[in-house]
Amino acid sequence: MTEYLLILVSTILVNNFVLVQFLGLCPFMGVSGKLETAMGMSLATTFVLTLSSVCSYLVYTYLLAPLDLAFLKTITFILVIAVVVQFTEMVVRKTSPLLYRVLGIFLPLITTNCAVLGVALLNLNKNNNFIESVLYGFGAAVGFSLVLVLFAAMRERIAVADVPVSFRGAAIGMVTAGLMSLAFLGFTGLVSV
Amino acid sequence: MWTGIIVAVVVLLALALVFGGVLGFAAERFRVEGNPLVDQVDAILPQTQCGQCGFPGCRPYAEAIANGEAINKCPPGGEATIKALADLLDVEPQPLDAEHGVEQAKRVAVIREDECIGCTKCIQACPVDAILGAAKHMHTVIESECTGCDLCVEPCPVDCIDMITIEPDIRSWTWTPPKSGLIATDRQGAVA
Amino acid sequence: MTQLWDFNGGIHPAENKHQSTRLPIRQAGLPNLLVLPLQQHIGNPARPLVSVGDRVLKGQKIADVSEGLGVPVHAPTSGTIEQIGDMLVPHPSGMTDTCISLRPDGEDCWQPLTPLTDYRKMERDEILTVIREAGIAGMGGAGFPTSIKLRPPRDRKVDTLILNGAECEPYITADDMTMRERADAIVAGIKIMAWLLRPERCIIGIEDNKPEAISAMGEAIAGTQIELASIPTKYPSGGEKQLIRILTGMEVPSGGIPADIGVMCQNVGTAAAVAQAVLEGKPLISRVVTITGDAVREPGNFEALIGTPVSWLLNQAGLDGDKVNRLIMGGPMMGYTLKSDAVPVIKTSNCVIAASASELPEPPPEQPCIRCGQCAEACPMDLLPQQLLWYSRSEEFDKAERLNLFDCIECGACSYVCPSSIPLVQYYRYAKGEIREQKAEQQKADRARQRFEARQQRLEREQQEKEQRRKERARAAAEAQARKKAEAEKAAANGGQDDERAAKAALVEQALARKKAKTEAADTPAPATELPDIGALESQLEQARGKLDTMQGMLEEARAQQADNAEKLERAVAKNQERVRRAEEALASARQLSAQVTDTPSTH
Repeated sequence: MTEYLLILVSTILVNNFVLVQFLGLCPFMGVSGKLETAMGMSLATTFVLTLSSVCSYLVYTYLLAPLDLAFLKTITFILVIAVVVQFTEMVVRKTSPLLYRVLGIFLPLITTNCAVLGVALLNLNKNNNFIESVLYGFGAAVGFSLVLVLFAAMRERIAVADVPVSFRGAAIGMVTAGLMSLAFLGFTGLVSV
Repeated sequence: MWTGIIVAVVVLLALALVFGGVLGFAAERFRVEGNPLVDQVDAILPQTQCGQCGFPGCRPYAEAIANGEAINKCPPGGEATIKALADLLDVEPQPLDAEHGVEQAKRVAVIREDECIGCTKCIQACPVDAILGAAKHMHTVIESECTGCDLCVEPCPVDCIDMITIEPDIRSWTWTPPKSGLIATDRQGAVA
Repeated sequence: MTQLWDFNGGIHPAENKHQSTRLPIRQAGLPNLLVLPLQQHIGNPARPLVSVGDRVLKGQKIADVSEGLGVPVHAPTSGTIEQIGDMLVPHPSGMTDTCISLRPDGEDCWQPLTPLTDYRKMERDEILTVIREAGIAGMGGAGFPTSIKLRPPRDRKVDTLILNGAECEPYITADDMTMRERADAIVAGIKIMAWLLRPERCIIGIEDNKPEAISAMGEAIAGTQIELASIPTKYPSGGEKQLIRILTGMEVPSGGIPADIGVMCQNVGTAAAVAQAVLEGKPLISRVVTITGDAVREPGNFEALIGTPVSWLLNQAGLDGDKVNRLIMGGPMMGYTLKSDAVPVIKTSNCVIAASASELPEPPPEQPCIRCGQCAEACPMDLLPQQLLWYSRSEEFDKAERLNLFDCIECGACSYVCPSSIPLVQYYRYAKGEIREQKAEQQKADRARQRFEARQQRLEREQQEKEQRRKERARAAAEAQARKKAEAEKAAANGGQDDERAAKAALVEQALARKKAKTEAADTPAPATELPDIGALESQLEQARGKLDTMQGMLEEARAQQADNAEKLERAVAKNQERVRRAEEALASARQLSAQVTDTPSTH
């Protein structure tokens, strides 16, 4: 039980995928302009991350490993992720056409989100069992969503604030992200996993 | 060695087929009919049905926008509509495309009753039925329903319709925003 | 002692009230021209009831609102109507509006007055009509028609009536002097309003910087159940929602009115006007206005006729033309600059400040917001002025509205405390205006869309109907064609054109004969060729006899009981007797006839 909690704390805060491990920065910077968009994106990514983490684990453990095809894991995982993302796209298009239109190109780009592939591969390194894989993927997604929503809220306020002209737009966004990253570094050593 | 490669290829093919089947099934299950986005875009457009955007009415333009058409083609909507559309679709707001017209103050049509011959051509032209009248009877524009699209001016054979600008009066007056001009950047009007 | 609460925020600006309370209320006198705007209230503008050149008496109604919310306008003195048209009115825009200008004749002749002798004997609605006809609107500054306010919806009973004598804004002392000198009139007005509303409590709230007013009102309410509360001086305690919180501890819900929580707030000036209207029959034609500022030599309060030009009042107070730098209508916090002194005093004008350059200097330039948060601490409505500023500036109006922008009372406390001198209230006013405009445009666009779609449907329907009619006609034509062809064929089968004509003629003759027989049969009711139905006649007779018996029985009963319907029953009996007789005759003649018929052999 404690291990599961530790996995969650580690993936959400201590080894946050975006601000500490610097994976998945593309949607982090690209979709955080508006809070509603960010929330929609984080839901989509959570869905994709958890599902692909589980599927990758299953495919590896029950198909690739027994057949001694461990070298195929990269391409197989990408295949799995692509399928999950396509599936998610269809679901989003059906349930919220506005979100679909607003997310635009970023929805299929979750396929190339290094955080998703990273979670799938790192899962293997840690020799997680099934439950732990699920929690690992879910925790990574929650951490990603947390940071994305926080950043989006801040960017909305920055957009209407008195920012010096040369800093306006992406520059102040990057500075803010860096400061947030420093803040999250404060979690180091909280949990050693 | 060859067995290894063949096994790998077979496994990948099998995976691909299985996933392809899953996706095919999902495509059927989650099929989307129509485009609800069009309704949301249409709700923002000003409904003058004037055709200045190049489309025969506001709904066709809304459908085009939902398919990626530029959002800056509506002069009656003006800057406010462009901004609202940009917000909705999360695209960059662009200035109004001058090719389609310029933003003017709100206007209404007024028929000079002395000259009206009762031909009903303007009644047939009005997209919102804002002209009251019948054949060989006086025609008049219902001011509160007129959208200022000026589609009635052309068909009138005696040219008795004027487009009058609505003058602001004490009841339609609103406050103007304060102007701050202390810092150079404020005077430049730059907001990110 | 009435229990008091407090509201968050508020400021303590310099009061500057002592200048205008040194002298008692003076009469402003009769100016050369009175200008009466047709809209001095919330609602629809009034329409003139007089024409140019008419002579009117003092207190005569010269304009009224025919539909919607509004109160009438009365002539403040006798004179002649000089002009009806666009003239300058007191408004922040400095624009014109329709006004009636009146040239006084100097006689100040009242029209016949009809005071209510004892209002307690009248119906509530009658008193409210008197108040409406007297043209009374909220004189604290809002101008809401008082008769409507005093008639809250049936499900909202008013438990607490609050009288607003707080007058928290600096410089203004009109209510203060009214309370000092006309306390009895105010209390009479309160009694009338209390009689209309039947509240459980009546409280007068006065700020503690007005000790004379407090003692004067204290004397006037002696022996009544009215409470007097002396509240700590803080701006804006005189705001309706703030005063309610102070005196009752309750908050008016966002977007709601005080009647929602069973409270009503009225200005003391309005109360005095109500008393005058009900007890003396006089409409609202004058009010107390404070004329103050460094640029007038004798600041003070004037009882001015509605429609008096501000320039006249300034002269009465001894305006120094060189010193005056700015004219403000209202107070320094919520008032607006007047571009011209030719505007008239209206029902809601409580103060005019003739400020010198040093008294109210130009505001310093707006500097960037330093996010200190002083504005949020000062806001009496517990809003977030800083966030509202950011959203108003960047025109994100939906976010501003979600932060309760429309609950802002525009008191100016936030602008007062801002260290960067940001004119916060201007931003909010601009945002509110834009939001209202956008909503109005959206409604118009929705209506236009509905009309457009209805038109499309109508055109489609007409198209369909046309199609259908065309099809009908085509089908009918085809049928006619087919029939003609069939007949032609039949005629050809019968042999030749002559035979055809003869056959047609025969058919026509037959039809005619049938018709004739039918009409004959209808005219003569068949005794010649038919045997009368004895059985039926007999049963009819039985029925008639039976009915007659019943009727007669009922008549006897009625007669015995001496009921009202005896006459009617007699007539019914007579009718039934007639019916019975006719039935008997018919039967007899039928029997005779059948006897004849059976004697002679039948023809068919």
